[in-house]
Amino acid sequence: MIIFLRSLLSPKTFSRFAKQCIPWLYAGFAVFFTYGLGGGLVLSPPDYQQGDAFRIIYVHVPCAFLSLLIYLIMATSAGIAAIWKIKLADHITRTSAPIGASFTLLALITGALWGKPMWGTYWIWDARLTSELILLFLYLGYIAAISAFSQQRSAEQVGRIIVLVGAINIPIIHYSVYWWNTLHQGATLSKLAKPSMDAQMLYPLLAMIVAFFLFYLAVLLTRMHRIISSPYANSATTGA
Amino acid sequence: MMHPIRKQRLILIVSVVLSVAIAVGLILYALRSNISLFYTPSQVAQGETRPGQVFRLGGMVQKGSVQHGQGLAVRFVLTDFHHAIAVTYTGLLPDLFREGQGVVVQGQLEGGVLLAQEVLAKHDENYRPK
Repeated sequence: MIIFLRSLLSPKTFSRFAKQCIPWLYAGFAVFFTYGLGGGLVLSPPDYQQGDAFRIIYVHVPCAFLSLLIYLIMATSAGIAAIWKIKLADHITRTSAPIGASFTLLALITGALWGKPMWGTYWIWDARLTSELILLFLYLGYIAAISAFSQQRSAEQVGRIIVLVGAINIPIIHYSVYWWNTLHQGATLSKLAKPSMDAQMLYPLLAMIVAFFLFYLAVLLTRMHRIISSPYANSATTGA
Repeated sequence: MMHPIRKQRLILIVSVVLSVAIAVGLILYALRSNISLFYTPSQVAQGETRPGQVFRLGGMVQKGSVQHGQGLAVRFVLTDFHHAIAVTYTGLLPDLFREGQGVVVQGQLEGGVLLAQEVLAKHDENYRPK
C-alpha cells in the first residue's frame, strides 16, 4: 500500500492512475447530479419564505463550498510542495486554480441573481460577499502571477507563497457571517449542528455538493493527465 | 524523523502564515465597526452614530407596526427587542418584507425617525416547506 502511494507521487504513474479514475468520476458525477437536480428542482417542496426562488441554493451552495474547498486543497498542496518539493503537489495547485476561480465566479453570479428578488439588491459590500470577491481576486492573482514568469521554478515558488498567504481569507469567509453584522444569513449546513433544512430539501443539496466535487476531481485529473502526458509540456514536468 | 531542512521549511512557512494571520486579524479588529454592515437600534441608542450621518440600521420589523400611507409610503418600527426606532420609507419593498422579518434600512435620523432611502430584506438560514 505504501509502495503504491509512493509510486503515485511520480507524475507518470499518477497520470496513468488518473486516466483509469476519470470515467468513474464522471459516472459518479452523472448519478449524483441527476438525483440532485431532479430532487432539487422538481421533487423538493417550495420554501416557506422564499417559495421557488430558494432553488438557486442547489447551484449556489455547491459552488461556494467548492470555491473554499478547492482553495484549501491548493493551499495544502502548496505547503506540501514547499516543504517536501513534490512536483505533483505543484501540478495540483496550478491545475486547480482555474477550476476554483470558475466556481467562485459562479457562486458570486448565482448569489447576485438570488439577492435581487430576495434581499432587494444584486450586490452589497457586506463581509461575506466582499471576502468571497477577494477570493476570486486571489485565484486570478495566482493565475496571473504564475503565468508572468518564463521560468517554471520561480513561477511555482511565487505561486506557493501567494496561495499560502491567501489561505487566511478562507476562515474569514467562513466566519464573516458570525464575526460581523451581514446581510448574508448564517450557515445552513454545519458539521457540528443539525442542519436547519428540511430533509426533502437537504438530500438533493448534499447530492449536488458531492456531484460538484466529483466534477472538480474529474476535470482536475483530466487536465493533469493532459499536461503530464503532453509531449510539449516538457517544462511542466521537468521544471520544478 | 523529519529531515532538518524540511523541518526548517515547515517552521518558516508556519511562522510566515501565523504572522500574516495575526496582522490581518489586528487590521480586521481595528476596522470591525466599518466592516459590520449595519448598526442595531441598541447601538444607535448608545450614541454610536453621529447626528446627520447616513447609516444602515438592521433589526426586525415589529409585529403590528407596519402602516401604509399614500402611494408607496410606509412607516414601521425596527427593533432588536431592547430598543426600537421608527422608520419611514417611500418606494418598493422587497418581496420578503413583512412583520417579524429581519430587514436592513439605510438612511438618516431626523427627530428620532429614520428616513430610509433603501430597504433590504434579510432571510434566515432555515429552509422548510410551506
